[in-house]
Amino acid sequence: MIEKRLTTRERLRIHRHAMPERDPIERRSNFEEVNLGYTPELAIAEAHRCLQCPKPTCEDGCPVNIHIKEFIGRIAEGDFLGAVRKIKEDNILPAVCGRVCPQEIQCEAACVLSKRGEPVAIGHLERFVADYERETGQIEVPAIQPSTGKRIAIVGSGPAGLSCANDLRRWGHEVTVFEALHDLGGVLAYGIPEFRLPKEIVHKELDCLRHMGVKFETDVVIGQTFTVDELLQEEGYDAVFLGVGAGLPWFMGIPGEDLVGVYSANEFLIRVNLMRAYRFPDYDTPMIDLRGKNVAVVGAGNTAMDAARTALRLQAKNTCIIYRRSEEEMPARAEEIKHAKDEGVKFVLLVNPVEFTGDEEGRLKAVKLIRMRLGEPDASGRRRPIPIEGSEFVMELDVAIIAIGSSPNPLIAKTTPDIEVSRKGTIVVDEATMKTSKQGVFAGGDVVSGGATVIRAMGAGRKAARAIHEYVMTDVW
Amino acid sequence: MFRIVEAEFTAPEIKRFVIEAPRIARKRRAGQFVIVRLDDKGERIPLTIAGSDPESGTITLIVQGIGKTTKAMNMKEAGDALQDIVGPLGRPSDIKHYGVTVSIGGGVGTAIAYPTAAALKEAGNYVITINGARSREFVILEEEMAAVSDEAYITTDDGSYGFHGLVTDKLQELLDQGRRIDFVLAVGPVPMMKAVADITRPYGIKTMVSLNPIMIDGTGMCGACRVIVGGQVKFACVDGPEFDAHEVDFENLMCRNKAYADEEREALARFLKERRPQPHDSALVVK
Ligand SMILES: Cc1cc2nc3c(=O)[nH]c(=O)nc-3n(C[C@H](O)[C@H](O)[C@H](O)COP(=O)(O)OP(=O)(O)OC[C@H]3O[C@@H](n4cnc5c(N)ncnc54)[C@H](O)[C@@H]3O)c2cc1C
Ligand SMILES: Cc1cc2nc3c(=O)[nH]c(=O)nc-3n(C[C@H](O)[C@H](O)[C@H](O)COP(=O)(O)OP(=O)(O)OC[C@H]3O[C@@H](n4cnc5c(N)ncnc54)[C@H](O)[C@@H]3O)c2cc1C
Ligand code: SF4
Ligand code: SF4
Ligand code: FES
Repeated sequence: MIEKRLTTRERLRIHRHAMPERDPIERRSNFEEVNLGYTPELAIAEAHRCLQCPKPTCEDGCPVNIHIKEFIGRIAEGDFLGAVRKIKEDNILPAVCGRVCPQEIQCEAACVLSKRGEPVAIGHLERFVADYERETGQIEVPAIQPSTGKRIAIVGSGPAGLSCANDLRRWGHEVTVFEALHDLGGVLAYGIPEFRLPKEIVHKELDCLRHMGVKFETDVVIGQTFTVDELLQEEGYDAVFLGVGAGLPWFMGIPGEDLVGVYSANEFLIRVNLMRAYRFPDYDTPMIDLRGKNVAVVGAGNTAMDAARTALRLQAKNTCIIYRRSEEEMPARAEEIKHAKDEGVKFVLLVNPVEFTGDEEGRLKAVKLIRMRLGEPDASGRRRPIPIEGSEFVMELDVAIIAIGSSPNPLIAKTTPDIEVSRKGTIVVDEATMKTSKQGVFAGGDVVSGGATVIRAMGAGRKAARAIHEYVMTDVW
Repeated sequence: MFRIVEAEFTAPEIKRFVIEAPRIARKRRAGQFVIVRLDDKGERIPLTIAGSDPESGTITLIVQGIGKTTKAMNMKEAGDALQDIVGPLGRPSDIKHYGVTVSIGGGVGTAIAYPTAAALKEAGNYVITINGARSREFVILEEEMAAVSDEAYITTDDGSYGFHGLVTDKLQELLDQGRRIDFVLAVGPVPMMKAVADITRPYGIKTMVSLNPIMIDGTGMCGACRVIVGGQVKFACVDGPEFDAHEVDFENLMCRNKAYADEEREALARFLKERRPQPHDSALVVK
């Protein structure tokens, strides 16, 4: 195309192309997407940085082993649709993963160029071709094999459920996805905010699945509306996949957590993303007006960054992250931390809340914090935070958002006692097939792993799909 | 979409709906609720399933118009449809043979107490019901309650009908008469439930209340509905809605339920300004 074949030396000379993004001051007043995406020229230029390694180590870094080298090669040749087709062999949601994968610890960390500090921008490229396909209206609906007459129930419409549904439908099974909420997409819909993942993208992907003939039923809570046993017996499904995520929010168990103004991150994000509370009273669901308020988010994962950046956009006066370890241990994606800082989120590190206090009406007024220092590494390999006695101090606060993690909802386990569950509440599966202890029932995604990533959930959904296919076609458990 | 088959006002601002929801009708048990969303911009509100008919695939909801969403719902008529209904949610009431049971409903709480009273009757209990309202015209489910009761009392705050006084006065009277009571279920405004708990506590009577915290998803994923029971945090939508009255922190519930009072008032005022006049406007319940 525009460039002749480059030598390795020439490729090494090109610097990584930064993702164009909107100005931090401008963007923090609205919910529009922060990253603007590569232009075709930028994408091709970035693709030329790839050395097309004989042994592409990058692919080992991707949990679903996308053929990264090949798709980037196609971008370099200007074959964007060919590139996206290549990606979709392994990942049905490239527009999502390109945006939200923690590339810096996955594919990009494993790229040979990362040793030199500037890995190929694999995520940006993945996003670019997926957007290109969608924006030019060229999304391909995959071919569907002849009907097998088998019926499969997918529980949960998050990335695990959607990827499982996609494969099973392509292989000719009749697939119904049951979702407890009124909207589809799991965390992609209710958790990750618009400015990071426009809902339009999720809707387009869902449309594609609908075109393929996947059925969606919202407002059905498995464990309540139907039990898993009822799905298998009365409702006549041949197999069930549980992709119900890890949606039960943790609290800290400290005094004052029940004051008005203390939200779980889930509640806060559900109010904003799913219920559009920031458009009250046009939308009916209210939320505490954050304008001019002091907001603190406890925790430093992606959920915490999303909550903090959302609070900024709702015009909070001060928004800070409260984290008991140091910056190095923060689990959020590097890009989210950077964006949060650029936008003005403050980081109060090595402190932990010990108590929330309120006024006589039960509204949050302040938080008492204690300073921490880091000790020896704990089971997670991160240095354990230890409280420093006598170091307590008080911070005035109107709204606190607790984002310290979540675990699977016990609803299904409680109503299906023959599904084995770990002490942590996750469903126990055979790692190779995602089979649970109950015949005909498979599980994958956050409900098995605990809170993880979109791409891992999708990988698990696909692994389960292969085993489900084999099970329903052979009847051998 | 869920089609409304019947809709009629049974008291000022209180409307009874029969709605097609076959899966929920088949599954639900006394004490459970649904979450309803009227339309795309609507909030999700919890409503107890007052009855169901698995044959015709319908459920009955009884709604008191107190704010924007419930008033908007009460403008719906037979033939209209609701965008979303999810359920049945929550744990069913613990129905067994207690002996003598008292089911107390205050206001629209009667709609919530009624299905459990019926189930208690079915389980062979001696069922006393105390059905309280502000005045005669606000009494709901009188016949239905009577039909499942061995003794049915109506109380009105103003004495315009039945016993003159509060439901708690009637309960106290029964206790003062030395009546044996083995189990009490009370549903109504939080102060009423708290008062019932205070009355039965010294007698050691097992007392349950159905709590009404603010909810969103109703499946245990947001924690909006958290209540303190026995010093522990519970999610009312999955651990309840019924809890041991003697363990509930009612003060906390009252505070939490007021979280959006300003926004609710604003939404209601806007709504009332924009909508057409309704038959029961004169009896607006202003809290
Ligand atoms: C705020 C936030 C930000 C995140 N950011 C990132 C990120 O940047 N990058 C990244 O890779 N990962 C991120 N994650 C993690 C990622 O979203 C999850 O790992 C992933 O969504 C898990 O997918 P899943 O399909 O297992 O479950 P989920 O996405 O949780 O979907 C589960 C679905 O099942 C439904 N469900 C639950 N119980 C039932 C039931 N009983 N019956 C019917 N339906 C039910 C739920 O309503 C939900 O829709 C983030 C998570 C959050 C919360
Ligand atoms: C388990 C349960 C069962 C219920 N059953 C019934 C019933 O059978 N019939 C009936 O009339 N009412 C019932 N309610 C109460 C009903 O949900 C509220 O009246 C309704 O949500 C008020 O909405 P609104 O917009 O009309 O009023 P608003 O003006 O929004 O609020 C008025 C009052 O309702 C409470 N409320 C507001 N939003 C919610 C919400 N999302 N969830 C719960 N409470 C809220 C507030 O604390 C406030 O005091 C029940 C509540 C619960 C929790
Ligand atoms: S799916 Fe995620 S980890 Fe895999 S190549 Fe794409 S961005 Fe990298
Ligand atoms: S490791 Fe890096 S340079 Fe090599 S093929 Fe993969 S992306 Fe290209
Ligand atoms: S309503 Fe969300 S957890 Fe109960």
